[in-house]
Amino acid sequence: MRNIISSKKKRVLPGFRLTLGYTLLYLSLIVLIPLAAVFWKTSTLTWPEFFQTVTSPQALAAYRLSFGASLLAAFINAVFGLIVAWVLVRYNFFGKKFVDSLVDLPFALPTAVAGITLATLYAPNGWIGQFFAPLGLKISFTRLGVLVALTFIGLPFIVRTLQPILEDFEPEIEEAAASLGANRWQVFWRIIFPTLTPALITGFALAFARALGEYGSVVFISSNIPMKTQIVPLLIMTKLEQFDYAGATALAVVMLVFSFGLLLTINVLQWWTNRHNTSNLS
Amino acid sequence: MTPSTTLRLRTSAQPRSTSEPPWVRWLLITIALLFLSFFLFVPLISVFAQAFAKGFGFYLKTLTDPLAWSAIKLTLIAAGISVPLNCVFGVCAAWLIAKFDFRGKNILLTLIDLPFSISPVISGLVYVLVFGAQGWLGLYLNADKPWFPWLAQWLNEHDFHIIFAVPGIVLATIFVTFPFVARELIPLMQAQGRTEEEAARVLGASGWQTFWRVTLPNIKWGLLYGVILCNARAMGEFGAVSVVSGHIRGKTDTIPLHVEILYNEYNFTGAFAMASVLAFLALITLILKLWVERKNALLKTTNE
Repeated sequence: MRNIISSKKKRVLPGFRLTLGYTLLYLSLIVLIPLAAVFWKTSTLTWPEFFQTVTSPQALAAYRLSFGASLLAAFINAVFGLIVAWVLVRYNFFGKKFVDSLVDLPFALPTAVAGITLATLYAPNGWIGQFFAPLGLKISFTRLGVLVALTFIGLPFIVRTLQPILEDFEPEIEEAAASLGANRWQVFWRIIFPTLTPALITGFALAFARALGEYGSVVFISSNIPMKTQIVPLLIMTKLEQFDYAGATALAVVMLVFSFGLLLTINVLQWWTNRHNTSNLS
Repeated sequence: MTPSTTLRLRTSAQPRSTSEPPWVRWLLITIALLFLSFFLFVPLISVFAQAFAKGFGFYLKTLTDPLAWSAIKLTLIAAGISVPLNCVFGVCAAWLIAKFDFRGKNILLTLIDLPFSISPVISGLVYVLVFGAQGWLGLYLNADKPWFPWLAQWLNEHDFHIIFAVPGIVLATIFVTFPFVARELIPLMQAQGRTEEEAARVLGASGWQTFWRVTLPNIKWGLLYGVILCNARAMGEFGAVSVVSGHIRGKTDTIPLHVEILYNEYNFTGAFAMASVLAFLALITLILKLWVERKNALLKTTNE
């Protein structure tokens, strides 16, 4: 009813031009025009120069580490995030409320703080690292350290995208499946898990996107050795410190194009999740 | 016993068919808590433990150091400018998107989210390219015949710098915290619809009156939460600020950058002392979040 009225009549509420104008102005000044500078700077490079910069061995090694560690971290978070979300929604235990609110800590804790804390904890003489050191497993200052930092950063994404879906899940469906003879495992894999899949993939993509750009926490826990433990944002930073602006920008363009693609995917996924859930309800 | 009470008893006791056996439950809870301990609980405790490792005196000494003070001051300036600006933008954008239908709305939404998906290092780099010596501003200042020669002359005379100075830090902070308030308000205002505001208008309220008396009371908790998140990120931003800061001690150091300097000087206890200030801020953010959520739930139930 409301839709019919508002689409037929002219706008009742004021401020369309004011808010549209201000939103576009502020967006352009803060985000769009500065971003355009990146593409302007890349255009000062010729194609072969650009190609050579973004496919140098050091850059390739950095992509491998950044993409590999981010994917692995998102995967770890998908598995454990699902368990955490499940436990928080379905079970009761002492301190649940406290645990639930602490899940957001990686959002709220500045990355530099996370970086120095994780680096100290997972160092061979650190609180957690000392248990792994006798096994010959070094975590801080290796690629494993990068993985630890990226897992920390992505932790809330999957838990927070799964929680609302699990809360809205109607027990009748499970009861129906159980009364038709499905055991608990079958109910989970055939009924619950397919419903969670879109949200799980969305959370995975969000965690992956965040991990890909992460700088603050990784820079402390990684030893930052080129070709070995250097992630792409750090390589950009190194180039900037050497005043190689064109080189830094070329790498930034590669990352930006990838981030835009990922952002688009996430938006499509979220639309899919919403549609999936509303069709389930009706 | 009436049929309805048996039904209620059964659902509250959770029938075996829709729940897991106790050992599975305990196993899952243990796995979840172990995972969270490794990544959340132990790190959080260790920040404070390390900060006080050399006693309370050393902690105070680190925080009252003049360089630490100037870092705290700069962080407050950056957050103090960027949070109100992004707050005004957030309310404006949310009003636009929630109250009106127009073409290109989805594109606008995606563009607002953009700073979230960009690496902090690139956010800083972007401003170096605009305002740096090799960027647009540099080109303008060194041009033979610049537009508005008086402006170029004034800028040159006053040795005005944005990059490796305070304005750059403020700009980078605005960029990375750009979407926070808008992101929080848009879904909230979309869910609330337009009927209340339309009713206010029909009853003769002006646009501003409608906003202050109808919309604002409805969104105040969401707005507060957006501001809290925005502030937490503004005070804690490291990557973007690190690119534009130039690391001039006592001048262009924010708290996170000061943490880095202390850490790289092997003054670990000092670094953790500074870090504990930010960790404390993060805890306050989480507590306020809980409080706002409770208020929001209350608002929802009273509205229903």
